[in-house]
Amino acid sequence: MSRDVPVRCDGGNDSESRDEERANGPTNFLLNGNARPRWLNDILIIGKATVVVYGVFIGLGLAAGLDMNGIVSTLQQVTLLAASFALVVLALNLHWGYTGLFNIGVAGFMAVGAYTMALVTAAPDATFPGLGLPLWVGVLAGLVASALVGFLVALPALRLRADYFAIVTLAAAEVIRLVFNSSALHEFSVLGVELGTGGGQGMSFPNLRNTVSRELLYVGGDPTAGPTLFGRPFMAVGDRLELSPSVVEGWVYTVVLVALVAFAFVVITRIGNSPFGRMLKAIREDELVARSLGKNTDRVKIKVFMLGCVFMGLAGIVWQGRRGYIDPNLFLPIITFYIFIALIIGGSGSNTGSVVGAFLFAGLLFEGPPFVQRIVDATFDLPHPPTVYDGAVALGDLDPMPLLGYAVGELPNLRFVLFGAVLIALMIYRPDGILGHRNEPASPIDLTKERAPREREHAVADGGEEDE
Amino acid sequence: MRVIGGRGGLSNVTMEQWFGVLILSGLGVLVLDLVRRVVFGDLTVDTLSVFVWRGFVDGLIIALAAVGLSMTYAILKFANFSQGDLVTTGAFAGWTAAYVVAGIGVADFGSTILLNADRGTSARELGMHLFGAPVAIFVGLIVAALATILVALAFDRLVYRRMRTAGGIPLLIASIGVALVLRYLVVFFYGEHTRGVTRSSPTVDHALVFWTDSLHVHQATLIVVGIGLMVALHVLLQYTKLGTSMRAMADNRDLALITGIPTERVILLTWILGAGLTGVAGYLIVLEQETLSFNTGWFLLLLIFSAVILGGIGSIYGAIAGGLIIGLATNVSLVWIPGDLTEVAAFTLMILILIFRPSGLFGGVETA
Repeated sequence: MSRDVPVRCDGGNDSESRDEERANGPTNFLLNGNARPRWLNDILIIGKATVVVYGVFIGLGLAAGLDMNGIVSTLQQVTLLAASFALVVLALNLHWGYTGLFNIGVAGFMAVGAYTMALVTAAPDATFPGLGLPLWVGVLAGLVASALVGFLVALPALRLRADYFAIVTLAAAEVIRLVFNSSALHEFSVLGVELGTGGGQGMSFPNLRNTVSRELLYVGGDPTAGPTLFGRPFMAVGDRLELSPSVVEGWVYTVVLVALVAFAFVVITRIGNSPFGRMLKAIREDELVARSLGKNTDRVKIKVFMLGCVFMGLAGIVWQGRRGYIDPNLFLPIITFYIFIALIIGGSGSNTGSVVGAFLFAGLLFEGPPFVQRIVDATFDLPHPPTVYDGAVALGDLDPMPLLGYAVGELPNLRFVLFGAVLIALMIYRPDGILGHRNEPASPIDLTKERAPREREHAVADGGEEDE
Repeated sequence: MRVIGGRGGLSNVTMEQWFGVLILSGLGVLVLDLVRRVVFGDLTVDTLSVFVWRGFVDGLIIALAAVGLSMTYAILKFANFSQGDLVTTGAFAGWTAAYVVAGIGVADFGSTILLNADRGTSARELGMHLFGAPVAIFVGLIVAALATILVALAFDRLVYRRMRTAGGIPLLIASIGVALVLRYLVVFFYGEHTRGVTRSSPTVDHALVFWTDSLHVHQATLIVVGIGLMVALHVLLQYTKLGTSMRAMADNRDLALITGIPTERVILLTWILGAGLTGVAGYLIVLEQETLSFNTGWFLLLLIFSAVILGGIGSIYGAIAGGLIIGLATNVSLVWIPGDLTEVAAFTLMILILIFRPSGLFGGVETA
């Protein structure tokens, strides 16, 4: 586990936090009256990350000369992506951060949720027919199906050591994706009911985003009718900023997603602080000890794996399933690695870190480079040589512009190099991520003060949190 | 290795064995069904022999790459997720060299150096098959091995060496980072499109093998080179001091260090051997498949992992056997299931075998 490796960082903070600790003294760590409550602190940290990402995009948007509608729309897309990532990252944090289950099959469980919903809600007379049931039935079915598939994968996987477990979960996710991709499920019938996933073509079903946002925004879900009580403030802000209805609808859906993230955050934090959560952390720290204390760790692991899979299925539904169209390519293994990078940026083991990591990853690393590319394309007139060779030849003639133009054109691909480099740098220099040092210990009371003085300093020095 | 059984130790073992019996009987049923189909003429012997032959060829490719993975897995103790992209690196580097050599005086250097990224030269123009450009293809093979070794050593120096004691999972995550960097650097230079690299293989009419009258030269080359390399590796590991040191390190690194084995040097040689085999595997895959894209190795990665895990990590014979099993499973399963589900069969087989033998078929004997 990454936590085993003590890495010193943030040298600048060291002396400061050491002073702070001296002032607090070793005895009053539980009675620190001046400290903000932890949840408020968490909200402040998430708020800071949001401000940073929004600031960058507003700045870039102004530089690109976008109007208010464009900027608000960009912010909406970034927030939507960040909230979607946050939902999955929180679920993965439950698996890996809390329990130490190295699950790299996240995309597969998302696919199960999304496809089940699609099959349940798609109209019976569509090209690839479904059951035609209402959306909420579809969502519930998706969650149940993710839990069941999670159970099936957990059974063989939990008996294996960490790296085998990783490969088995990845293989299971690929099996799921390849099955949905297969022409065998293109159209099939179960008990006389015609169903179809469309194989590689993907399948259509009622648009989740539009349905949800219109249902909330307008009376009876009808865009020509007046706004509901919930929709009124949105419409008012929209009118004031002269936003198009689609942007307002997008924001409504985004707010729903953010609410889901808040819900998941509260649920997972509460689980983490419960006796069940302590068992999870005990398994993470040393499964043998937990077993020796008479805990049925197999059952606990299966339960937590299923629970995490439910959240992953939910994320698959509300994120990849929101457009009313899915195909197997939305669930490639690379999605899992996005989630992992976000979790590692934030620091595994910390729910706040998960949300912050999701925000920073989605905003700065994922959406950032293509946005920069669009701005550069719009502002400067760079040549676009077809291959890097032409750029290199021009560089030989002391003209760096073609090579630069080629690189800018390749920015959407180069960002994957950036992802890799960030991942490597984090693993080498900061395996705990931004907030990973806050991962909660398995014991109900804070044991950090009982450690050797050297380690104790390290634990505080990482972030200088008063409530550590 | 195995999670300790706690109070249900005995019953757990029985469950594993029960599962093993179930899988074996399942396989038995499939074999009987195969015999039935052949006897009753549902499946011609020709079709079956084509499946088996292709399975053997695919299996050999996977085995070559899997041996490389298994060696680094045993010595460095982590699952190297950048293995697939090392395969891609070898393929691109090797075929670029082959194109440059074959293109001298025939094609534009700006086109051959990027392996036809601008679609300016074609395999037809360069006569890119074994009889058309034998020298170029041989040069490419050497360059594929050397370039992959250099790339692997560079990443070892930059990334893995700083994390020697970090443990399996952090190294695994770092290797995912390396995989992304490698794959998209390839995209940066060579572009995203899938390209046809070689011409279809010339064939030789013969009476050597019974199931087909014409032997594909490219497949034969692959088999000869692959088996040759494996025999050479076997000799190297069994009869030299390096092999002994590697086995010692795979067993217990600290003890090996105390005994005076220069562990860093063994790691270096492991990378050289492993990456060299991987690069050659990547090069030969293209010789057989004729096409190449930046995803070629990445798509193979899980099959390679399946082979290594099936055979048992650290055992090179296990990796070879695992590769052949996976290759055969993906091809022979065509008898029962459609072509787009064959990988599902291979992965499922891996998961099932892991249930009753969590450390692989040859696990526990770390021979690499």
